[in-house]
Amino acid sequence: MKNQRTRKGLATIAVIAVSSLGLAACADDGDGGSNEVSGDAPGAGRAECAQLEQFGDLTGKEVSVYTSIIAPEDAVHKESYKVFEECTGATVAYEGSSEFEAQLVVRVQGGNAPDIAYIPQPGLLQTLVRDTDAVVAAPDPVSENVDEFFGEDWKAYGTVDDTFYAAPLGANVKSFVWYSPSMFEENGWEVPQTWDDMVALSDDMVDAGVDPWCAGIESGDATGWPTTDWLEDVVLRDAGPDVYDQWVNHEIPFNDPAIVESLDRVGDILKNDDYVNGGIGDVKSIATTAFQEGGLPILDGECGLHRQASFYAAQWPEGTDVSETGDVFAFYLPTTSDEFGTPVLGGGEFVAAFSDRPEVQAFQTYLSSDVWANEKAIATPGGWVSANTGLDIANLKSPIDKLSAEILQDPEAVFRFDGSDQMPGAVGAGSFWSEMTNWITGADTQTTLDNIEDSWPS
Amino acid sequence: MTTTTPPAPVAGVTAAPRKSASSAAREGLTGRWASAAAIVIAVLWTLPTFGLFISSFRPESEVKTNGWWNVFTDPQLTLDSYKQVINGADIDLATYLINSVVITIPSVLIPISLAVMAAYAFAWIPFRGRDTLFVAVFALQIVPIQVTMIPLLRLYVDPPFNLMPLSGNDAPGGGFYTVWLSHTIFALPLAIFLLHNFMREIPGELIESARVDGAGHVQIFSKIMLPLMTPAIAAFGIFQFLWVWNDLLVALVFAGGNPSVSPLTVRLAALAGQRGEDWHLLSAGAFVSLVVPLVVFLSLQRYFVRGLLAGSVKG
Amino acid sequence: MSSTDKLVQMVIAVVLFFAVMGVILILTTKLRSRTGEKVQAAAFIAPSLLLIAIGLLYPALRTIYQSFFGSAYEPLVGSEGGTFNGLDNYRQIFTNDDLLQVLQNTAVWVVLTPLLATGIGLVYAVLIDRSRFEKVAKALIFLPMAISLVGASIIWKFVYDYKGSDQSQLGVLNGLLKAAGFDTYRFLLTEPWNTLFLIVIIVWVQAGFAMTILSAAIKAIPDDIIEAARLDGVNGLKLFRYITVPSIRPSLIVVLTTISITTLKVFDIVRTATGGQFGTSVLAYEFYVQSFRSFNFGLGAALATLIFVLVTPIVVYNIRQMRRLEAR
Repeated sequence: MKNQRTRKGLATIAVIAVSSLGLAACADDGDGGSNEVSGDAPGAGRAECAQLEQFGDLTGKEVSVYTSIIAPEDAVHKESYKVFEECTGATVAYEGSSEFEAQLVVRVQGGNAPDIAYIPQPGLLQTLVRDTDAVVAAPDPVSENVDEFFGEDWKAYGTVDDTFYAAPLGANVKSFVWYSPSMFEENGWEVPQTWDDMVALSDDMVDAGVDPWCAGIESGDATGWPTTDWLEDVVLRDAGPDVYDQWVNHEIPFNDPAIVESLDRVGDILKNDDYVNGGIGDVKSIATTAFQEGGLPILDGECGLHRQASFYAAQWPEGTDVSETGDVFAFYLPTTSDEFGTPVLGGGEFVAAFSDRPEVQAFQTYLSSDVWANEKAIATPGGWVSANTGLDIANLKSPIDKLSAEILQDPEAVFRFDGSDQMPGAVGAGSFWSEMTNWITGADTQTTLDNIEDSWPS
Repeated sequence: MTTTTPPAPVAGVTAAPRKSASSAAREGLTGRWASAAAIVIAVLWTLPTFGLFISSFRPESEVKTNGWWNVFTDPQLTLDSYKQVINGADIDLATYLINSVVITIPSVLIPISLAVMAAYAFAWIPFRGRDTLFVAVFALQIVPIQVTMIPLLRLYVDPPFNLMPLSGNDAPGGGFYTVWLSHTIFALPLAIFLLHNFMREIPGELIESARVDGAGHVQIFSKIMLPLMTPAIAAFGIFQFLWVWNDLLVALVFAGGNPSVSPLTVRLAALAGQRGEDWHLLSAGAFVSLVVPLVVFLSLQRYFVRGLLAGSVKG
Repeated sequence: MSSTDKLVQMVIAVVLFFAVMGVILILTTKLRSRTGEKVQAAAFIAPSLLLIAIGLLYPALRTIYQSFFGSAYEPLVGSEGGTFNGLDNYRQIFTNDDLLQVLQNTAVWVVLTPLLATGIGLVYAVLIDRSRFEKVAKALIFLPMAISLVGASIIWKFVYDYKGSDQSQLGVLNGLLKAAGFDTYRFLLTEPWNTLFLIVIIVWVQAGFAMTILSAAIKAIPDDIIEAARLDGVNGLKLFRYITVPSIRPSLIVVLTTISITTLKVFDIVRTATGGQFGTSVLAYEFYVQSFRSFNFGLGAALATLIFVLVTPIVVYNIRQMRRLEAR
């Protein structure tokens, strides 16, 4: 096998030649920050850097960040790192991907984890921690920040098996119903305060010749998720936060009678041919309508109500007035019972680290601070909030963001994280979505919940 | 007997209508019906793309509220979508285009060269276990890329292959080498299978007479086989080009998380919007990315309209 | 790294590659003996085999190994082991109704797609052969190949878009139905026909591949064969049936085989168009979901292994064809 050896030798030479060339070519376009005075942090002495002095000089260091946040929303994220970069001298290499969830697992398992990832599901965090050992526990300053600014509930979502890993980042409020204030005014309708009011309002709309509800749950391989939010919101209101927690953690079966009752309540709206699907079609059309388009008929007056999270604000076409007196706005999903009031259902991202290098920990700490939250709020034109209580609501620009932040920061409010995001992937990103889609297209409530229960991994 | 075949001019444009099997068949199917059928297929195949094309010039609000055919009664056209696609990112589109080119060219040339050689050996050099090996290679086409992602990434990252950092400017080939290597691996089984098939079509006498004249395998390969295989290589080349050009997954996994080496497809995927489909942007993006493959196809077409042997055997 | 640097890197890599291959070839020319022939064969084949073994064979074997384990991604033997659960994953596939439907759909895909794509590609190649517009006509059918599968699926999603009969339509098909006075139709939702509508997408893409390869094969048919047949009075459909098709038989088999294998692997279409809902999922997609969304690597690997198994008949058929050719 003389030849093969020759070939191998040559191949090695080839690799070395190419690489040394790469090194030479890139040596001269190094970091712009490197000509700063070493020793002190580059930003030392500047007013906005006062709170970041603890991190010291990180000049020439790089932190890689991997997220599911892609253009155009990534721009404001990068903008919000500027203070950190200028004050410490470190650079943040940002990468957003629409294939984030699957790719993150591949990279971690492949030994090529990013320094930091923004994980939108506590369930995924658990999988990563338990299956890979790659996630690094959060350093103390992060933990202290979270204690100070977020509180116990949020800290618990970033904790796996009693170790705290991931601080919360952004958040959203799911318990919203979008409507058109101008349409309400014209017809003399009022924002409902109870579930019964809302049903009565729906009937009024039917009488006025408007289809009250519109919805869309198609979302590519995540089709069905908006219905899971519906169900979770109603379970929170019907059965209360404690039952909700038991249900999410599978301490009661998925098809518990309480859940059956709640899903039937959702069905009274979503599967009611008199109520849906304004401007689009009948009940089944919900399943094939992109969730992004589900609420748009409100603009044409063909539909009155659309239950969707705060981030739906981004879906209204440019030029739409999203405010309390404008074309569209959202009201808080009313309660079904006096007993449990109106708990908040929400979601958000968590910052997990796969490295404990000082610059990575510094960046983690920065992201969990009130400094970052306000920087981000100032950089964002609208469509972002955080549960960080250090966030000054005045820094938020859009009315819906302000409303969301008020709800998230309200110390009285009971908050619960999106249940499907906490369940094991096989349910939360699998059977829960698909069975709820089947439910929309005709499956009955009991069968649907039974099937999901059967799919829960043992 | 000549062994090299200059690519023939596109038949029908210049050549007098020599009767071929299919043109005769076409006549038999009565010219008019045949043309009608061809036109129907062509229209069916073009219509969806045509709708996309129209949509890319319509304003967002129109795209989202009514069908593209309404453009004929209510023509509202704009270049806004193209402007957003071209200017909408902090890394400009030209960088992505260059990345795509830098990824694609070696990922086409390297596997094809390796595959032509392997195909030649499988077809014309007898050795023990040849057929079994060939079947194994052919069968491995079935392995989906997703299956290979984690193991292959580990090989790149873990010793002994992690001689260099996986990503970043100081990696060999500027961080592109893992992408080139991966594309090469995924292309090989199909390339060997297809090219082997074409090589078997070449008459054995041609090889044998060259052997009798004292030519070795290397001479036969480079002097006889390569020229004869030009159309087949061009045909496979165009497909490999397309697969690499349109690939998102390999780039995502093996570019090692470095946006500065990402191809155009990564940018296009981002255009799909944060939470789903910004249809108007996608349509414009699709056309931006379509231009290069189409130009390549049209310019390579003359190499593979002419068959393998038509000229060579008869001289 | 600037764009120029990247291009320079690329050129160097390509030049180095060809230089290395060239040197190997030149070195092997010197060898003329019987063993020399073997070394030559090795020089031609070894680089490809090495890459395939590392990049495809090893992951495939690993996947088969994983398919006997639980959900966690299994480190190789030697590290701490996971839960070995034997044939449980396979048992699950063959007892779960949803997964059985997935198998059934996959069968429909793998039978219909190659036949339709190859059939249409062949007929079209014959029809436009040596016509005045051949170049343009080919480019039109080829165009879908130049769009990624995801792009193609999105295009078709809009072709199939459904709105109630009294609404303004976005999808061209329902637009036509409505204009003709019919009710609009749920193309992607109505079982079992939705699977066929998804197959249309892949046929739309693959027909260009079939057409290109088959067109080249048709042009390679020696003219004297045709002349002889015509002198015997064979014409039209008969010529197509008895001369054209048999002459390009090897190419037909290659195209059918390639498209079958591609079809078994395709998951983007199902993923983009329906997300596997409404009873449209196929093996490749289900494998993707189990491995990378449910993080159930064991079941995912079992599904992938099943894809490997399904290709066996295709492989066997090809071996038979090869034998027949050798015997000739």
